Amino acid sequence: MYLSTVSRPAADPPAGGRPGRRLALVSGNVVALGTVSLITDVSAEMVTAILPLYLVLGLQLSPVAFGVLDGVHTGATALLRVVGGFVADRFQRRKLVAGVGYALSAVAKLGLLLAGRSVPMIGAVIAVDRLGKGVRSAPRDALITLSTPPESLGRAFGVHRAMDSVGAFLGPLAAFAVLLAVGQSYDAVFVTSFCVAALALVVLVLFVRERPAGGPVDSPDQPRVSVREAFGLLRSRHARRLVLAAALLGLATIGDGFVYLLLQRREDLGLRWFPLLAVGTSLAYLVLAAPLGVLADRIGRLPVVVGGYAALGATYLLLAGPVHGWPLLVLTLTLYGTFYAATDGVLIALAGPVLPPRLRTTGIALVQTGQALAYLVSSVLFGLAWQAWGPENAIRAAAAVVAGVLVVTLLLLASPSRPVTRKVPR
Amino acid sequence: MTALSTRAKLGVVAASAVLLGAVAAGYAATAAEPARTPPPAATGDQAVTLTPGPRLLAITDRHVSSVATADPTGPRSVSGLECLRVYAAAGTGVCLKPDTPWTYQVVVLDAALHPTRTLSVPGLPNRARVSASGRMVSWTTFVGGDSYTSGGFSTRTGIIDTVTGATVTSLEEFTIKRDGRAYRNPDVNYWGVTFTADDNVFYATMSTGGKRYLVRGDVASRAVETVKENVECPSLSPDGTRIAFKEAIGADPAKGWRLSVLDLATMRVTATAETTSVDDQAAWLDNGTLAYTLRQSDGRPDVWAVAADGSGAPRLVLPGAESPSPLA
Repeated sequence: MYLSTVSRPAADPPAGGRPGRRLALVSGNVVALGTVSLITDVSAEMVTAILPLYLVLGLQLSPVAFGVLDGVHTGATALLRVVGGFVADRFQRRKLVAGVGYALSAVAKLGLLLAGRSVPMIGAVIAVDRLGKGVRSAPRDALITLSTPPESLGRAFGVHRAMDSVGAFLGPLAAFAVLLAVGQSYDAVFVTSFCVAALALVVLVLFVRERPAGGPVDSPDQPRVSVREAFGLLRSRHARRLVLAAALLGLATIGDGFVYLLLQRREDLGLRWFPLLAVGTSLAYLVLAAPLGVLADRIGRLPVVVGGYAALGATYLLLAGPVHGWPLLVLTLTLYGTFYAATDGVLIALAGPVLPPRLRTTGIALVQTGQALAYLVSSVLFGLAWQAWGPENAIRAAAAVVAGVLVVTLLLLASPSRPVTRKVPR
Repeated sequence: MTALSTRAKLGVVAASAVLLGAVAAGYAATAAEPARTPPPAATGDQAVTLTPGPRLLAITDRHVSSVATADPTGPRSVSGLECLRVYAAAGTGVCLKPDTPWTYQVVVLDAALHPTRTLSVPGLPNRARVSASGRMVSWTTFVGGDSYTSGGFSTRTGIIDTVTGATVTSLEEFTIKRDGRAYRNPDVNYWGVTFTADDNVFYATMSTGGKRYLVRGDVASRAVETVKENVECPSLSPDGTRIAFKEAIGADPAKGWRLSVLDLATMRVTATAETTSVDDQAAWLDNGTLAYTLRQSDGRPDVWAVAADGSGAPRLVLPGAESPSPLA
């Protein structure tokens, strides 16, 4: 179907490596980054899947001790994410910064072994893991944008996010396979998870390229990016609008927990099926990420993002609507997965070309941080709304917020210049 | 890096995969627990039963066991029934039991430890109680992964009436009055139920908005109301006048808990002589003595006892055991 676009862009300099007669739907760098993400997610989800078992049954910690574990300062993580982005831009070392992020998370797996029953230590280790995740995502996404011609960004991010979710799927299975093989030895899961993470690092080092063939070349005589220049990013109208749009997106999301909780309450779902709700959403996300990315390249990214919002609004309305039973479950989870598939990668695909290559990592970090902080605010607000108005009215209010956000986003991003959706002539 | 051909790079990746795989497998082989300890055969004078008598029920090496109250360090009878938490009264028991390595069941037991009801529950076993008459059974589990407060845990507490079979799968369905006013919040969690003598009214912990309350609940009218702040894991005394509980030091669970007793008539709190942080729902051995589990630094449990009136000193009752429950 996409065979007309399989060849790499004509701008691909033959000297920059092995010129492609290869059939590549996305560039080699994107496949490499997708592979790294896939393997890393296997490693991360292995630990996530068994962490409750380990802490409660392995260490016999009380759940209230978790309040302490949870006291990781999101603000600090957000700041470090932007700092990491800036460092990556200033020294033109996106691969290195991403690698540090992956390495931090890998080391954290071993940290769990050493932390023993010490709650503050476990908290610190989990903080390091989250820090690694925060640091690596912006340079990784920047590398994807720099390795992909602007007109194919949707597809590139779609493929990357789909590979990422495959890893998230395999992780828990891998963890349970290890537990089955060695009995209740949680340590073995941590060591295996570390080894898997280390393998991802090897793939990153060998296959991910800092300056992908065909990507913009940073000339050595260009001055380094300064803090001033980075701040200047926020003076650019386009960049400002993007960060604002990302924050609005965060504001429209009340969080998976609330969505699943409402669904469970409505349907009086057996509580043991609860974890499967997340699996249903991920499945829809996994399947739809690449097709919606391709669609975004065809019809423009803004319409797809707007469609994603519509899916989110519909999800919320369904949770307070007349549909019940299996149709409700299937519809809600599909729409919710569609929302993720239509917004998560596509938003960065939308952002990439608007941000100057010199400052792209910083810019993407700002966009992601804006979204994360706004999401925190909105989940707290939704909790308050639930308390004051009850769950049904709170979710209706959330749907209204989505509608508002949709309109504002359209106004913000559909500016006349529209650098992002302009078709590149063949 | 450009010096390496793609084939060479793939070779390096394959070699790394083999090497790292060997490391993981090697670690697993050495670190794996020596094959699960086989369920100990019934030892001691007689098989474990829940028939009322001067014995103390507890869990030893993940198995239900009992010992004579008068001679707790004497011969211990250990059954083949594997439970993570156990409690019994008037010949009815409750056992939170592994089903598969990652799912658990609530099993209601008769006096001969035979299951009379089995319920699959989400999450990890935490608390288990039976009312004094043996009619009402309650349990609490921790549920990970579904918390909307990023990364936190939530709890599920259920109640079953063994006479009618009526089951409350989660107390979160109950209506709430906080300080006399109707209240609702999605962050509400319950744990640690203790029943009163009428088999309808109960006490439990409710947490919401970062605070933990003692609530009095009513199974028939499906409602709870708050009684007092900073009271966790209540346990009603046999005479129904006092509640033993763990009191978060400085109202901050991160600082640990002091095992204390609340007089329901005067609402006065008395700290027991146990100064080590107690993270357990205590059991009353009689109207003046509390039993509870403490863990050593490596996680190994011991059952201790202390006077409920704040006097005396804690004493070790059952080394290497947890989840105490008097059968008297």
